[in-house]
Amino acid sequence: MDKFLWLIPALPLGGFLILAFAGKYISRKAVAIVGAGSICLSALVMFAVGGAFLSGMPENAVYTQTLWTWFEVGDFNAKITLSLDALSLVFVFAITFIGALIHIYSTAFMEADRDYARFFASMNLFVFSMLVLVLADNLLLMYLGWEGVGLCSYLLIGFWYEQPANGAAARKAFTVTRIGDAAMAIGLFMVFQQAGTLVVSEIGANASAIWQPNSTSVTITALLLLAGGLGKSAQLPLQTWLPDAMAGPSPVSALIHAATMVTAGVYLVARMHTIFALSETARLVVAVIGAATLLLAGLTALTQYDIKRVLAYSTISQIGYMFLALGVGAWTAAVFHFMIHAFFKALLFLAAGAIIESLHHEHNMFKMGGLKDKMPVVFWTFLAGAISLAAVPLVSAGFYSKDQILWYSWSAGGGNAVLWAVALAGALITAAYTTRMMILTFWGESHTPIGHLPGRRMTMPLVVLALFSVFAGFIELPHNFGHFTLFSDLLHPVLPETFMKENIPSEWLFQLLAALATLGGIFLGYYYYYQKPSRIENLRRNGLVVQLHRFWFSGWAFDALYDRMLVKPFIYISSINKKDITDKLYTGIAAITGDMYKLLSRTQSGSLRWYIMGLVAGAILILGIQIML
Amino acid sequence: MMLVLLITVLMVGAVAAVVAGEWSRHVPRWIALVACVIGLMCVIAIWANTSPAGGSVPSGQWLLDYRKSWIPSFGISFHLAVDGLSLLLLALTFFLGVLAVLCSWDEIRERTGFYYFNLLWILAGVAGVFMAMDLFLFYFFWEVMLIPMYFLIGIWGSENRVYAAYKFFIFTQASGLLMFLAILGLYFIHGQDTGIYTFNYFELTGTVIPFKSAFWLMSGFMIAFAVKLPVFPFHTWLPDAHGEAPTAGSLILAGLLLKTGAYGMLRFVVPMFPEAVREAAVPAMVLGVVGIIYGAVMAYSQTDLKRLVAFTSVSHMGFVITGIFALNELALQGVVMQLVTHALSTGALFLMAGMIKERLHTRDIGEMGGLWGPMPQMGSIGLVFAMASLGLPGLGNFIAEFLILLGVFQAHPWITVAAASGLIFSAVYSLRIVGKIFLGPRKTMETVPDFSFREMLIMAALTVSIVWLGLFPQPVIDTARPAITELVRFMDVQSAALQHQPYVKQ
Repeated sequence: MDKFLWLIPALPLGGFLILAFAGKYISRKAVAIVGAGSICLSALVMFAVGGAFLSGMPENAVYTQTLWTWFEVGDFNAKITLSLDALSLVFVFAITFIGALIHIYSTAFMEADRDYARFFASMNLFVFSMLVLVLADNLLLMYLGWEGVGLCSYLLIGFWYEQPANGAAARKAFTVTRIGDAAMAIGLFMVFQQAGTLVVSEIGANASAIWQPNSTSVTITALLLLAGGLGKSAQLPLQTWLPDAMAGPSPVSALIHAATMVTAGVYLVARMHTIFALSETARLVVAVIGAATLLLAGLTALTQYDIKRVLAYSTISQIGYMFLALGVGAWTAAVFHFMIHAFFKALLFLAAGAIIESLHHEHNMFKMGGLKDKMPVVFWTFLAGAISLAAVPLVSAGFYSKDQILWYSWSAGGGNAVLWAVALAGALITAAYTTRMMILTFWGESHTPIGHLPGRRMTMPLVVLALFSVFAGFIELPHNFGHFTLFSDLLHPVLPETFMKENIPSEWLFQLLAALATLGGIFLGYYYYYQKPSRIENLRRNGLVVQLHRFWFSGWAFDALYDRMLVKPFIYISSINKKDITDKLYTGIAAITGDMYKLLSRTQSGSLRWYIMGLVAGAILILGIQIML
Repeated sequence: MMLVLLITVLMVGAVAAVVAGEWSRHVPRWIALVACVIGLMCVIAIWANTSPAGGSVPSGQWLLDYRKSWIPSFGISFHLAVDGLSLLLLALTFFLGVLAVLCSWDEIRERTGFYYFNLLWILAGVAGVFMAMDLFLFYFFWEVMLIPMYFLIGIWGSENRVYAAYKFFIFTQASGLLMFLAILGLYFIHGQDTGIYTFNYFELTGTVIPFKSAFWLMSGFMIAFAVKLPVFPFHTWLPDAHGEAPTAGSLILAGLLLKTGAYGMLRFVVPMFPEAVREAAVPAMVLGVVGIIYGAVMAYSQTDLKRLVAFTSVSHMGFVITGIFALNELALQGVVMQLVTHALSTGALFLMAGMIKERLHTRDIGEMGGLWGPMPQMGSIGLVFAMASLGLPGLGNFIAEFLILLGVFQAHPWITVAAASGLIFSAVYSLRIVGKIFLGPRKTMETVPDFSFREMLIMAALTVSIVWLGLFPQPVIDTARPAITELVRFMDVQSAALQHQPYVKQ
């Protein structure tokens, strides 16, 4: 089966090419068939190849396929080689399967749009880039996918290009992630200098021979790679682009937040775990950034009005959990949470898109309300996504994945009490903002009349994703009940076992506390937004709360900070020197020459008396000099 | 003989064009097109014959050689030779030549005969520069490029053309004279040492020069090449010349004339003054990095589209000089790649600026905006080349910048770190180009037609090339390899020799 591997990325690429070149000339129906069909076919190939991979695990647990040698200079060579192992299989599954559902949804969602073909062309290219990213066997090819993802996010966030704000959001996304990418590129140079190769498996196999554990060079290398991950995954301090990225159509948000782009950083760190494993400092940095981000983004989500912004900040926060897990060494837990998160976050964004469209492009949750009975399918599926996001105990997939991370953030080798406490607080906050969002959107009075309801092409993906959001968690059950470890067993050929500390308290205790945190968060949301909304009014009168609210609402003022520290100075420096100061050097030389010419030309006055006087004065001077000497 | 043909076809075409221009306005462009196409086919024929698949594989670096005595009393000969590096640049010359003729097709309506004469004459000069193996002959061709370009800017340019033409001429001429002095210096030093007075490149490269003189002679060459490249702070002629030149002029300036500077460094400066080059490496690389950042920051503030693209050239050429002075195979291969890909990507941006100017009659990006709507094809192509300019993997420029940075990292990691900031700045200005021209609300309500067939043809040729180079760059790398490895080997031998004879550097 491994010879069909190339088809998985090639089909979306083919879709892109057809739509880019012929999109103008074919009917909208054909556009939909090509656009969504290419991803669906890719998903089918993935099931076939993945099935073969799982049933007859190849010897070294990896399928590889070399397509051609990209380039070769001296002792450097980069090949276009795809490789599929368990880790990439999980990602390919999420990308193609969820991607296919999003594409099917989009065929209806974007139906009225003028640029139907351009939309699907960009979406297909997005899926293609992400597939290259996760299937690449070397870091350079991964970088190709990595940058391709950046380009596609630019194209899709700025899809409705006529509004300047959308263009600005698209530019911001590209530029901010590019900062991380530049650091990552330097990381690649370092890896090559030290390891002499960019092939991931070779680096992994020789990592401990190349680098001393905890040496400066391995830490720097790891941190540079991490910087790339922080950009794409919207983690501190490069998280500012993601909330603005919702300027694109809702299916784009679903794709960016669930299946592609933001998970790239998680993939990179998991993929390069051998390097991170060698540096304690780097892992600690990963964990701390994850913890800080999840808390910061969670509190921000609590204050937003726009439903898509709530979801955007919740993504940042959930990715924070994944980074936390990676940092403490719970590699498989991070990947598990990635997969579950992909299901429920795609679901939430698609459902939110359906709501927004039915409410005539109303984004503000406070103007929604009462949709429970009016949009039943959306309500039930959104509820399924919401319980998974809030990690409602036992019945949601999100519980199983998040509970693991909470447990490991204390008990795994890199875990400690502070990280755990932050993660627990994050769980409470997550439940609170999720409940707030649910109540504001679906309960209470209706504030906006609804238009037409979403059709079957939009609801079908919602239902499928809802099922996965609830049931997908059962493939990995905690050690103390069920002890069913299908998912982590699958990944263990690639990712190491989580190293546990000794003498840790019982896992039951942690699960109980996690459950309590979730329920507490739900109660808080229920209490303030359903039972006693007047309490919110009281809070609004408190000056400190208002200040805090404003601060959180702005995303902890990061935008203003960067604007003042980086953007404004850059524009200022650039604009004062528009005429290029170095040119003054040359115009100065020209001006001096001109002045000297004017000075000398004065002597040529045409007056005979002056000339004679000059002659005489010169003669006296020469004679004088001769006499003196 | 083939090599002489390359130059003569252009020169004969040039004369034919000016003669035909007396009778008809349209014949000269056909003559120019035919001359360039013949030249391009000749280059492809040479390439096919000398590539490993083509049968006759030459053993060394040099593929073809032609030599005839010219002024024997001064040791001057008409000596042309090509290796892989020259061949690539020659292919580029004729390819861009064809595009330059095509893009002038309707733009130039006055004095077409003389226009195409100048165009072809410049190309002949450039082709000569890339082949000359006699320093006197090299200088001759160096000057041949100059005067027709002066006319091209001064006659067919836009409003401020006379100023721009003078500036271009003075910068190039003054620096060219310094190079001529250096050539003469080398000629006499070699003559006194060996008793053989010759301008032959192969004999002069072996000259043993005292370090101090080597430094000054190198500076003479370097200034000429640094002005052409251009290296910060010698770049200020470039925005004016680019901004005012007609489209084809900008295309040839960016695509070819700048490349002659880089070629000169690779061909002459490095092999002739190896020790001095080693000593000057770090300052030169620092200047390169300054150029990368300065050019990018300047590009961001420009409102004139052509000036903007001109400053991006300054930034990209910063990579070239940084790469050359890294003096290792990775970086040098990156430099060759950068010469080719920058010519294509920046050329495409200049062509696009010309096409927009034909439609909107302005180069001010403040007056553009929202052009994606009426011109989706141009928008897509513009996006491709903006992405090429910011170094998106999959397009040729990425290979170039990656190899340069990777190579420089082996030599001086901190310089790479500084140069990598160029990756961020290039994204900033490239996205500004796309945003200002194609996105946002429409500023003008004129109807603007999308690509015509001719324009489509030009841009398609460039797009295919840049994508091809991004995915399959190996043929270019293989072609340049003998020249590059020879250069690196030579430098290694030199530095080994230097360690055995420390007295040379005094």
